[in-house]
Amino acid sequence: MASYRELLARVKGEIEEISSIDAQALIEAREAPLFVDVREPDEWEEGHIPGAIYVTRGRLESRIEGLVPDKSRPLVVYCASGSRSAFAAKALAEMGYEDVSSLAGGFVDWKRNGFDITIPRVLSPEQRSRYSRHLLIPEVGEEGQQRLLDARVLLVGAGGLGSPASLYLAAAGVGTLGIVDADVVDESNLQRQIVHSTDRLGEPKVLSAKRTLEALNPDVRVVPFEERLTSENVERILADGWDVIVDGADNFPTRYLVNDASVWHGIPVVHGSIFRFEGQVTVFAPGAGPCYRCLFPQPPPAELAPSCAEGGVLGVLPGIIGSIQANETLKLILDRGDTLAGRLLLFDALGTTLDEVNVRRDPYCPVCGDSPTITEYVDYVEFCNVPLAVE
Amino acid sequence: MAAVRIPPTLRAEVGGLRELEAGGDTVAAVLDDLVERYPSLGEQLLADGELASYVNVYLGGEDIRTLDGLETPVHDGETLILLPAMAGGV
Repeated sequence: MASYRELLARVKGEIEEISSIDAQALIEAREAPLFVDVREPDEWEEGHIPGAIYVTRGRLESRIEGLVPDKSRPLVVYCASGSRSAFAAKALAEMGYEDVSSLAGGFVDWKRNGFDITIPRVLSPEQRSRYSRHLLIPEVGEEGQQRLLDARVLLVGAGGLGSPASLYLAAAGVGTLGIVDADVVDESNLQRQIVHSTDRLGEPKVLSAKRTLEALNPDVRVVPFEERLTSENVERILADGWDVIVDGADNFPTRYLVNDASVWHGIPVVHGSIFRFEGQVTVFAPGAGPCYRCLFPQPPPAELAPSCAEGGVLGVLPGIIGSIQANETLKLILDRGDTLAGRLLLFDALGTTLDEVNVRRDPYCPVCGDSPTITEYVDYVEFCNVPLAVE
Repeated sequence: MAAVRIPPTLRAEVGGLRELEAGGDTVAAVLDDLVERYPSLGEQLLADGELASYVNVYLGGEDIRTLDGLETPVHDGETLILLPAMAGGV
């Protein structure tokens, strides 16, 4: 039988130890080992060695082979003072890791020497609970959730498409949502515009949406722009710096403004449009794919454009298309998966069919082509505005 | 015969049909057949005998402008998708 002190002394005799100063010298010589932090979560959250991987002592043996498959890689294990890491180093050596040291004096000594530390940004207990289903997905996880919380998404339109898109983005924890819309909530909106409600009739849509979204998730800040996007204000609104634009506009002039601005500012646009039973959705990623003008170089003449008020739309259709827009937006922020860039999805709610056509960047595109002919904003005739005002 | 998908914005011109059959060896011939039967469709699709710039036609998922344009051959049983720009988001 051995006491703890005797056991620790024996283990320390069986492993390699490295001082903080020698470990720092390795970093400066660009021969940095991989630091393995085996402390408890609260200790990690208060600060750790930059670049360290984290696995608690209790889960070290079960997790380390997944984290460090290469057993010849030099490792420096550390805890607070060098005791837990001594036992950890011994276990790793027994598992076949060939070059393992324990940091003598641990993180306390590292800090005392004034070497660099990183204080990780951590989710609060409330956030950990709220986003737990995201944290369980490897493609999101804590890092992805932080990206969502840091992200800034501009929604053009707080109507049929903007409603579901903004609700899901807010629920997902996208930290800043800008919303551009000049309209007030009307009774005829409520058949599909689910971010609003009956008690908001007559209220500006941006303020109604702000109330709903901030009540859904207090992590979200909604920046309202109670105005119609025009060539006069587009630069001011975009100057706030947005990661993604969700285009749910109801008219061609705005869509071309959004497109041209996004190309010039290099901001990806998640584009959706709906009419009766059919919806279209795609992603325009400047520099990496086509833009809206590659798909449709010019709007149709006013007399041939379908009138919005005459058109009508099945209430659930924007729910489906707007949700796909939210999905694409989250993937763009997380930089995961394959987006709809270069593909236009055509959804038919009557037949429940989904078709896909390819959209290619047009080298002759007037805005994103090799020799652009449009270099400033164009104000097209607002042929869809009058019926909308009635709506 | 080829199948032609009619977008909702153009269905009024073809009596409300979502898809119809049209004959022809090229995209131009198929569209001619359609326009002959539904003359008002012509105003929506064509400008000066060319495909209007705000209308796209897809064959096998590809924009015919990236193929041989209106001269792109069409085989029996293929599906053409007509796609005019649509703006609605409300």
